[in-house]
This record gives sequence, structure tokens and C-alpha cells, in this order.
Amino acid sequence: MAKIPLHFILNGEERAEFVDSGATLLRLLRDKTGDLTAKSGCLQGTCGTCTVLVDGAPRLSCITLAEDCDGADVETVAGLAAHGQLHPLQHAVMEHFAAQCGFCTPGMLMAAKALFLTNPRPSREDVVEALSGNICRCTGYEPIIQAVLSAAQVMSASGPGAA
Amino acid sequence: MGLSYRRFEKVSAATSFLTEEAGACVVGGGTLLVRRVNEGDAAVTTYVRVCDPEMKRIDEADGRIRLGALVTMAQLLGHPGLQWLAPAARIVGGPAIRSAATVGGNLFAASPYGDFGVALLALGAVVTVHGAVGVEEWPLAEFFARRDSLPAGLIVTSVAFTRPEAGTFRFVKASRVKPKGAAIVSIAAVIARDAGRVGAARIAFGAMAGTPIRASSFERALIGEQLITATLDRLEPHVTEGTTPPSDAIASAWYRQAVLPVHLRRLLLPEIDG
Ligand SMILES: Cc1cc2nc3c(=O)[nH]c(=O)nc-3n(C[C@H](O)[C@H](O)[C@H](O)COP(=O)(O)OP(=O)(O)OC[C@H]3O[C@@H](n4cnc5c(N)ncnc54)[C@H](O)[C@@H]3O)c2cc1C
Ligand code: FES
Ligand code: FES
Repeated sequence: MAKIPLHFILNGEERAEFVDSGATLLRLLRDKTGDLTAKSGCLQGTCGTCTVLVDGAPRLSCITLAEDCDGADVETVAGLAAHGQLHPLQHAVMEHFAAQCGFCTPGMLMAAKALFLTNPRPSREDVVEALSGNICRCTGYEPIIQAVLSAAQVMSASGPGAA
Repeated sequence: MGLSYRRFEKVSAATSFLTEEAGACVVGGGTLLVRRVNEGDAAVTTYVRVCDPEMKRIDEADGRIRLGALVTMAQLLGHPGLQWLAPAARIVGGPAIRSAATVGGNLFAASPYGDFGVALLALGAVVTVHGAVGVEEWPLAEFFARRDSLPAGLIVTSVAFTRPEAGTFRFVKASRVKPKGAAIVSIAAVIARDAGRVGAARIAFGAMAGTPIRASSFERALIGEQLITATLDRLEPHVTEGTTPPSDAIASAWYRQAVLPVHLRRLLLPEIDG
């Protein structure tokens, strides 16, 4: 099978990897970069746990082709914490008990991060809409919604650029 | 046999490749195609990426709007001149689906998907297709009628329609899961009034047949009528005429036909039933 060289940015770092032609971004991340934060759930675009940001937009890495991400800026949950400090979203998830088994959490956090990029002060309705492609079988969603709303508050209090 | 990915700058080169390579498929956002491959469909052997920048453009000239086939739902939602179309783009999946899902791909989505195609059908859209025989424009209804037997190598490059008069485009999707869920039914309508009566009507239904369909019988009956409850009561038998809805995990065919007139009424008379 043909191996294709790809260059892209992963969480701010330049990367070069070979992938099998036709592979998904999820396979590139998990098999080649060692970043296991995007989860392999349904592989059908339905559960959202594989959500990452590609050039700032939320994408389901299980149905995104790796070769379409050549030259792209890819962000996963592994890049959320900076300088040893948890991101406000990660803090809020702990405080609001918004992760139980944790399988949906990476996708939820990236969907929330995508929301903050376009809408730093979301309403509850905006949060529900932003997380609507992400399934959680444990929490009943409410703690996750509360965590995202609370992180938005913390971040807008600490000024623009916090996302 | 493994999968592969091929990139083509020119639509004509992609068309030739697709014609020769039986397992090659054009990929838009991949939300249906890659999912199919992930599910184990080995018939797909090559993803064909067409990189023509025209296919990503939204243009408007002389009241005619052209959407490239690779325009995404997210791109439509961010376009200041197309906010009136947002109700039809916003209900396609969740945000991550919308940043991938394309206009062209939506025309190929099997029921109950294909909501954006329903809007395009009501807008009287024309599809530009590139195939082995060259470039042709097909009315969208014709495209849907031929969809199951399209010639190999055919690529949709754009759709175009006349901007409807402000306030005449309406869209609704009924689903079980909110804000995101597959359609029980989706309905789009463009209704022009003439002296208080319906002057012209294009109404399209999604999830009421294998592809989006026009409500032809109901449209004809509506011309010249006042848009009031009594009219809709009288014309109700026309609403489901010609529909052959699927029975699936979302709803049975019976249920879809039973609720279609209710959702249509709410869409057409929002001040009374909305
Ligand atoms: C979780 C989930 C939720 C969804 N929800 C909805 C929904 O609410 N409403 C809805 O309408 N759809 C929905 N969909 C289906 C799908 O996302 C959309 O219909 C989307 O618009 C399909 O476009 P795409 O670009 O992703 O198509 P792709 O997957 O890229 O392609 C689909 C098919 O069309 C062909 N094709 C694509 N572009 C072209 C072209 N330009 N020329 C010729 N052939 C082409 C491909 O070869 C393939 O056979 C959902 C999908 C998922 C996974
Ligand atoms: S693993 Fe990608 S959406 Fe479920
Ligand atoms: S915490 Fe278990 S699926 Fe969400």
C-alpha cells in the first residue's frame, strides 16, 4: 500500500508522517503521532468522541481523510493544557463532575473549544447546539453543559485570547 | 485491495479517472462516503479529491446564486448574504458534520438525509454536472429522478438558483432528537403572493420518498387560493399524494404521512399553527 508523506501542525508543533493512502485523520493521530486523545468510538461520525480542530473548525477525525489535512493546523485535547496549567475547560470539567467514564470527554472539550473560537460568551442554547454532535452515555449532559458555561465565564473574565 | 486517495486539479481529469476506475468515488466532506468505507464497504477503492477552487465558491450575480459543490454547510452559515438559507444548512448534523458536509454530497444523501437538497428543490435549483459527454445543466428534480442510474464519472460541480424574494423562503425539519437528528420529514417552500392569493408555489419534501420530491399536486391546487386554514383543510388530501416515505428507525411510512400535513400547515401558517 502506498505510503504518503504528510506535513501538518499538531498542537503547535510541526510534524511529518507517512500514512497509508486513504487513511483517516484519526488513524494518523492514533497510529502515527502517538496522540491517543481523539478516541475511536463509532467510526460513523455519530458519537463525536474523535472530534478535533482542523484549521480552527471542529472535525470528526474518524471520517476526515488524513491526506486532506496536509498542511493543516490540527488541535487535539492533548494541546489544551499549556505550560503545565490545565485549560479552564479542563478545570471546569473536574469541578462540575462532567466526566465519568471519560470516553466522550476529549470530543466534548474540542467541540467546546471550537465554540469558544467563534462565540466566547455562549448562551446555554449555544452550548447545547455546539455539543449536539457529541454523545455522552454517563453524565446526562447537564454537568458538561454547566462546565462549558462556567469555563466560558472564567475565560471571558480573564480577557480575550484565553481560548 | 487497499484504499487510495487521488487528487485532481481539473474536473475533466477527475471525470476520466472515475470513468476508468470502477471503485473510485468523488469525495466531498466524506461524512457519508468515509463512513461507508469505515463500515466495511470494499466497493470503494479510491477517494477522488477534486481541487478546483471554483467548486468551493459562493457567487451571486444578477440575482442568481451559484454554490460550488464543495461549499460546506458551515461556509453557507457564515455567508452574510445567505442568512435566509441558514435554517436549511443549520439542521444538517452537528457542528463538526457541518464543517465537512458539502452541498454536492447532500444531493447524494439517501433519505432521511438530504435536507439541504430539499431546500434547493424548492428554490428551483439547476445542477451543473460534468461527465464523459461534457458539461450539462439539469433541473434538480431531473437529477434526483436519475440519481440511482447516473453515468460513471459524473461530477456535480455547482448548483444555481434565483434569489427568492425576501420572506418567501420557508424551511422546517421535524426530528425526534433536538437540536440534531435525522428527519421525520423536512419541508421547504417558496411561496409568492399575488393580491393576497398564492401566485406561485414550489414546495419540496424530504424523507417522503427515496429522494427529495416536489409536492406537485398540492402546489397546483394551491395556486389562486388564499393561504388560510380553510384552504389547507380542503387541500389536505393533496399533501401526501405521490409520497412513498421510507420506514426506518426514525419513523414508519405511515407516521410520516400522518404528520406531514401538520408540519406543512405549521410552516405555511406560522401565525396560526406555529
Ligand atoms: C452523524 C451524521 C448526521 C447527519 N445528519 C444529517 C442531517 O441532519 N441532514 C442531512 O441532510 N444529512 C445529514 N448527514 C449526512 C451527510 O452529512 C450530509 O448529507 C452531507 O451533506 C453529505 O455531504 P458530504 O460532502 O459529506 O458527502 P460525501 O460523503 O463526501 O459524499 C456522499 C456521496 O456523494 C458523492 N459525491 C459527493 N460530492 C460529489 C460531487 N461533487 N459530484 C459527484 N458525486 C459526489 C460521493 O461519491 C458519495 O457517494 C449526517 C451524517 C452523519 C454522519
Ligand atoms: S468515532 Fe468519530 S464520530 Fe464516533
Ligand atoms: S463520561 Fe462516559 S460517555 Fe461521557
